[in-house]
Amino acid sequence: MTGETVTSAIFGRLTWESFPIHEPILLVTFAVVVLLGLGIVGAVTKYRLWGWLWREWLTSVDHKKIGIMYIVLGIIMLLRGFADALMMRAQQAMAFGASQGYLPAHHYDQVFTAHGTIMIFFVAIPLVVGLINFVMPLQIGARDVAFPFLNNLSFWLTVAGALLVMVSLFVGEFSRGGWLNYVPVTNLQNSPDTGPDYYLWALQIAGVGTTLSAINMVTTIIKMRAPGMTMMKMPVFCWTALCSNVLAIAIFPVLTGAFALLMLDRYVGTNFFTNDLGGNPMMYWNLVWIWGHPEVYVLVLPVFGIYSEITSTFTGKRLFGYSSMVYATVVITILSYLVWLHHFFTMGSGASVNSFFGIATMVISIPTGAKIFNWLFTMYRGRIRYELPMMWVIAFMLTFVVGGMTGVLLAVPPADFVLHNSLFLVAHFHNVIIGGVVFGLFAGLDYWFPKAFGFKLDRFWGRIHFWGWVIGYWVAWTPIYVVGLMGTTRRVRHFDDPSLQIWFVLAAIGALIILVGIAAFVIQIAVSIMRRDQLRDTTGDPWHGRTLEWSTASPPPAYNFAFTPQVHALDAWYDMKDRGAQRPVTGFAPIHMPRNTGAGVILSAMAMVLGFAMIWYIWWLAAVSAVALLVYGVAHTFNYNRDYYIPADEVAEEEDARSRLLAAGA
Amino acid sequence: MAETQPPAPAFYVLDPHEHHHEPGSGTLLGFWIYLMSDALIFATLFATYGVLSTSYAGGPSPREIFELPLVALNTAILLVSSITYGFAMIAMQEGRLGGTRLWLAVTGLLGMAFVGVELYEFGNLIAEGATPQRSAFLSAFFTLVSTHGLHVSFGILWIGVMLVQLGQRGLHAENQRRLLCLSMFWHFLDVVWIGVFTFVYLLGVLR
Repeated sequence: MTGETVTSAIFGRLTWESFPIHEPILLVTFAVVVLLGLGIVGAVTKYRLWGWLWREWLTSVDHKKIGIMYIVLGIIMLLRGFADALMMRAQQAMAFGASQGYLPAHHYDQVFTAHGTIMIFFVAIPLVVGLINFVMPLQIGARDVAFPFLNNLSFWLTVAGALLVMVSLFVGEFSRGGWLNYVPVTNLQNSPDTGPDYYLWALQIAGVGTTLSAINMVTTIIKMRAPGMTMMKMPVFCWTALCSNVLAIAIFPVLTGAFALLMLDRYVGTNFFTNDLGGNPMMYWNLVWIWGHPEVYVLVLPVFGIYSEITSTFTGKRLFGYSSMVYATVVITILSYLVWLHHFFTMGSGASVNSFFGIATMVISIPTGAKIFNWLFTMYRGRIRYELPMMWVIAFMLTFVVGGMTGVLLAVPPADFVLHNSLFLVAHFHNVIIGGVVFGLFAGLDYWFPKAFGFKLDRFWGRIHFWGWVIGYWVAWTPIYVVGLMGTTRRVRHFDDPSLQIWFVLAAIGALIILVGIAAFVIQIAVSIMRRDQLRDTTGDPWHGRTLEWSTASPPPAYNFAFTPQVHALDAWYDMKDRGAQRPVTGFAPIHMPRNTGAGVILSAMAMVLGFAMIWYIWWLAAVSAVALLVYGVAHTFNYNRDYYIPADEVAEEEDARSRLLAAGA
Repeated sequence: MAETQPPAPAFYVLDPHEHHHEPGSGTLLGFWIYLMSDALIFATLFATYGVLSTSYAGGPSPREIFELPLVALNTAILLVSSITYGFAMIAMQEGRLGGTRLWLAVTGLLGMAFVGVELYEFGNLIAEGATPQRSAFLSAFFTLVSTHGLHVSFGILWIGVMLVQLGQRGLHAENQRRLLCLSMFWHFLDVVWIGVFTFVYLLGVLR
């Protein structure tokens, strides 16, 4: 055996060249990440927080803590994804004529791939899943989700996927195939490097987490609602969470299947998506878009729910057209499954097929429009309070409607033949994702933050955050609409026509304004923590809410509700306040709760090692970690001791503390 | 106004036993939903097979390589294993631990026979040069059938684990719930196999 075969047996295709020490941008980023990481590790060690972190957070099966961890993950990855966005905007603003900009092509392609992948899979999904995790069980009057351990495992699998994407920044390369890792670019012959493998393993691992989480949430909503809460007395946010998660269960297996087939192509040499021996690359496009289009609705439906809750709360009125809102949500859920082909009208499937998918796409705007009118009519003659969450709702309605209309425009097949893969399309989906999903997530964070932590977020910095995003969005994306309509295509690193430059410079300025918004968001959280005593809410109901999450303390106790609420009306908490419901202060009983476990962290760490080993062809490590995963997974089923009781006097103590707070506030 | 309103009803469930979820019912629903998601993975593989099933790329076609008698035997083995699993469940309902374990073991053995015959079939195909790499049709065929086979193998492992856990704790409520989930899993694989047998093998040799 020569030395080379020995090292390749041990390290696979991992060599010193895999570390990009010759790329200054990556080197600086790496240094910053290492310093930041060391700083955090040092601080946790210095204050002896490791034990606390492990016991109270990492191993927690409490849906509230898991929700908060999902949101922290989403915010951290937002910073990474936005850094990619700034790099692209800078490159496109300067790379005209003789100037090649500062990013080489293979790096630029990785940046736009990573940006899209991260923003959807590791920002939007964790933030949406996090909010559902935190809010939904409280809204239905439950004490946890149906499968608390699975919830913890789902979260850590998502983290494992996110970590693999981050590792690709410093070890090897990321995919250059666009955010859905398109063939034929990612076929083995065209991309023999690690890029597509990082992508595939990261998303397979995270995707298992998302599927399990969706199963968990659907079971929770169906099985664990408080007595009296019929489906049509359920808060709209829970309805949208239900539809979103049903949809996720219906689509994620297709993505898992499509990625598995591409993995087989790349690892085993099969011919699913190759250009020879009968392979069919368009099959990949069909499969990933059967996932991809409904995914947009997986993200935006819960956000529509957030807008509904906020509009109703801050206008002090019942939501206008509750049942039409529910039906619209269900109709969107079904229709979203029937439109995937509009992503490639140019495939050439013929006029009849294109017409079907074009019309189905346009039809979606009807239930969506109904929702917009419901929100407007809710506001009509209401006493609107312009708190931060409500400001986001207004900005959403003004921004999102434009995105919806450009979407209907793109749904017309002949128009799409002209605009396909243009920057007009890119502007359209940023318009709906930023103006719809992102604004709504920030609205939700501002709205439910006091529930999670017991104090409100700072309004001044919240407003800067708001205006930075709203103004920044319009300055950044209007120019892109313009150049897109003129025919500029997407994913381009260098332009010849100097007359276009001004638009890209404007877009870069817009991105900088958004940067102000993001910085203000981070400052808002820091300032709020420092001023928490002034911002404190002792009532548990700071916004005069209408749904059950506001009936318990802020932050809620581990068991959520000492006594399960009995629901009689939609807007259950408003009904309770209206009819003078008295919170019981005696007669507490022990409460049955699930026990924390480290199994989720350990299984996910093993999955991540397995992914890394497969990416680098380190076969022995892959075998070891796969066996470890199986053995540990089976061993975990031998643990029957998974629950415990919170003693009645502990509950009484907690509830008495709440009574004193309420009395002091009144 | 106050006097016209009816008296306020109870807003809290004060008796902790009054509102108790039936234990395990959530698990069965959740597991059933998981099976539906698994069914969609199979749907993806079936659809892929449907698109690629005639992409022979000059390689062998189904009629040339499928051995229907062997596949018929395998189908029979798997269908019988569903019946024997049913016997295990009847024994469990009647509280007979020995009978439950016996029929579970029989089911596991039938499952192993099924996987064994499938591996024998794959071995023959590969020896004839009909490998998964040869054509898109063969890629789709091997992937669909072996994904089912992997599921059956996982089911066999699960049966083994359940035999141990039944030995340790008997017909514990938790174990009964797990056996119900495994039951759904095993019958689900039977249903998928009927699809494979019909659409892949029978339609394949007709073509």
